[in-house]
Amino acid sequence: MNMHTQPQRTPAETALIDAFGDRLSLLPGDGAVMLKRDDAIEAIKHGLPTRRIESWHYTDLRRLLNAVPDFDPAAAVKAVAPIVEGSAVLAVLNGVSSAKLPDIEGVTVQRLSEKLTDGSIAPGLDSYGSDDAIGALNTAFVADGYFVDIADGAELAKPIELQNRQAGGQTHVRLPVRVGAGARATIVERQAGEGAALVSSVSQLVLGEGAEVTWLIVQEQPETATHLAQFKAHIGKNAKLTLFVMNAGGKLVRQEIMVRTTGEGADFTLRGINLLAGDTHTDVTMVLDHTVPHTASTEVIRNVVTGKARGVFQGRINVHQYAQKTNAKMACNTLLLSDDGEFSTKPELEIFADDVVCGHGATVTEIDHDHLFYLMARGVDEKTARGLLVKAFVAEVIEELDDETIVEALEAKLDDWFVTHG
Amino acid sequence: MLEIRNLHARIVDDGTEIIRGLSLTVKAGEVAAIMGPNGSGKSTLSYILAGREDYEVTEGDILYNGQSILGMDPAERATSGIFLAFQYPMEIPGVATMEFLKVAMNEQRKARGEEPLKIPEFLRRVKEAAASLSMDIAMLKRPLNVGFSGGEKKRAEILQMKLLEPKLCVLDETDSGLDIDALKIVSEGVNALRAPDRAFLVITHYQRLLEHIVPDTVHVLYKGQVIKSGDKSLALDLEANGYAGVIGEAA
Repeated sequence: MNMHTQPQRTPAETALIDAFGDRLSLLPGDGAVMLKRDDAIEAIKHGLPTRRIESWHYTDLRRLLNAVPDFDPAAAVKAVAPIVEGSAVLAVLNGVSSAKLPDIEGVTVQRLSEKLTDGSIAPGLDSYGSDDAIGALNTAFVADGYFVDIADGAELAKPIELQNRQAGGQTHVRLPVRVGAGARATIVERQAGEGAALVSSVSQLVLGEGAEVTWLIVQEQPETATHLAQFKAHIGKNAKLTLFVMNAGGKLVRQEIMVRTTGEGADFTLRGINLLAGDTHTDVTMVLDHTVPHTASTEVIRNVVTGKARGVFQGRINVHQYAQKTNAKMACNTLLLSDDGEFSTKPELEIFADDVVCGHGATVTEIDHDHLFYLMARGVDEKTARGLLVKAFVAEVIEELDDETIVEALEAKLDDWFVTHG
Repeated sequence: MLEIRNLHARIVDDGTEIIRGLSLTVKAGEVAAIMGPNGSGKSTLSYILAGREDYEVTEGDILYNGQSILGMDPAERATSGIFLAFQYPMEIPGVATMEFLKVAMNEQRKARGEEPLKIPEFLRRVKEAAASLSMDIAMLKRPLNVGFSGGEKKRAEILQMKLLEPKLCVLDETDSGLDIDALKIVSEGVNALRAPDRAFLVITHYQRLLEHIVPDTVHVLYKGQVIKSGDKSLALDLEANGYAGVIGEAA
C-alpha cells in the first residue's frame, strides 16, 4: 500500500484554502478559467514551497508566510499622482479596476474582470512549473487588473502607470500587456498600499517585432505587507526591453522575473535596486531564457542592506542549444551597512550553445573608507557623507536610464526612502 | 596659525611610527614648503592634519589658531578652515561633481551659521572659479573625478579650494603628474588665494613647484622630523646638492 503523508498545513495554507472556498462564487471566469483556478488551488493544497524546493531555497515561503489577511474590498484607498507627470494612470484599488478607462491614442484598455468572465484570458493563466507558487496563488484568486494592447507602430508620448494599491487585506491582480510591432512605450508598474496585506500581482508582457519598451517596477509596500509578484516577458525579433525594478518596502517580498528572447536580435536589460531595511525579507529571482541566436542581455542588481533585512538575488540564465552568439552579462553588488543584515546571491548559467559570451559577478562591500574620508575632508559631516555614498551606489544604476524625467522621478523615490531610512 | 608640537604618530593597522617628534610653526599669511625624500612622512603629515583615521597620534599636539584639533573629525577640521588638496584625489562614482560642490559649500556654511547659497549664486561662483583654472564646466557634470586625467584632478582640487575658501591650505604634491602648462595654471590659482589671513603648507618633492609658488619658509622632513628649516634658498640648495648633505648634517 502506498501511503502519502501530507505534512500538517500551516495556518496560512489553511487560510488560503478556506478563502478559496469562500470566494469561489465571487470570482469571475468562464468554465476554462474556473478549471485553471481549480488546478491552481490543488497546487496550493500540496503545500507552499519550502527551502527544499531549489528555487525557493533562500525564501522558505511556507515558513515565512505566517498570516493571511481576509479580503477587505470596502477599505478606503485612492489612486495617487503618477511618478512621471502626465502619465495615463490605470489604477487597481483593493483589487478592483476602474470602470472609467482613459482614452490613450493607439492603446486599447480592457478591465481584466471582463476578460476573465468571457474566458478570453484563460490561455494566459499558465503555470511556469510545479514550483510556481506565485502563479498558482494568482491564478486561483485573480479577480481583476487591466489588459493593455498597444497597437503596431504606436509611439506613446507619456508613460502608462499601472497602479496597484490596497488598504490591507488580500488583492490578486494580473496585468497583461501586448506591445505591437515597432511600438514604443514606457510603462510604470507601481505597487504600494497600507496595512497588513497579501498581494499577488502578475504582469505579462509580449513585445512584437522591433518594439521598444521600458518597464519600471516601483514597489513601496508597507513593512506589514507580503508582496508576491511575477513579471513575465517574451521579447520578439529585434525588440528591446529595459526592465527596471526598485524594491523599497514590504515585509516579505518575492519578485520573480521570467524573460524569454523569442526572436533574433532581441535585447534585454535588467537594472534593479533593492533598498532593504528593518526586519524584512526581499527576494528577486530571475529566469532568463535565450532561446534563439543573436540575442543579448545584461543584468545589474544593486542592494543596500540595513537593519535586520535579508535579501536574495537568484539569477538564472539558460542559453538554449540553438541560441548561438548569445551575449549575457550579470552582476549583483551589495552594500552591507549592518552586521545583522544579510544578502544571498545565486547566479546560475546553464549553457547548451557553444559560441556564446556569458559572465557573471557578485560583490559585497561596505562603504569605502577612502571615499568617506575624501567627502568629510571637504566639510561634509559623516552622516551626510555616508548618505551621499550609499545613494551614489544605487543612483549609478538609475542614471543609466537615458530618460531624464524618469531618472528624476526615480531619484525622488530614492530620496523618499533615504528620508525614512537614512 | 598652525603649531605642531613634538608630534609622534603611527599607522593604526601595524603600529609603524611614521612621524617621530615633528615640530613646525606656520604663521598666518605664510607659505611654508615641506620638502623631503620619499618615505620621510610628508604625505602622512598632510593626512594627519586632515584627520585621516588610519593614523594615530601617540604624543605631542597640533594647534590650529591656538586650539588642539586632535579631537576633531575630518569634517570638523574642514569646516574650521583646514583644506587638504590630495596627491591622489579619489574617484567617486555616482556622486555628481556639481552636487558634491554644492553639498560641501553649504555644509561648511551651515557649520559657520550661514545661510545656504542660492542656486544662481552657487553657479556663478563655480563658473567663475572654473574659468580661472581653464576648466570646462561640462566636466563638472560628471561624477566626482571619474575619468578625469591626472591634471584635471589636480585642477579640480584647486577649484574646490577656491570655492571653500579655507584658512589653512595643505597641498600634497600638487605638482605631481602635471605638465608645465597645467603647473602654471594650478600655481596661479594658488597664488591668487594668497592672503594675510591664510597660510599654505606646500608639500613637494621637487623644487620645480616652488619656482611658481614662492615659499616664505622651507622645511626639510626626514624620518618623521623637521631636520632643517630656512628660507627659499634652502630649496635651491636641495635642488643643487640633493638631500644627502642636509641629512648628513642632521645626523
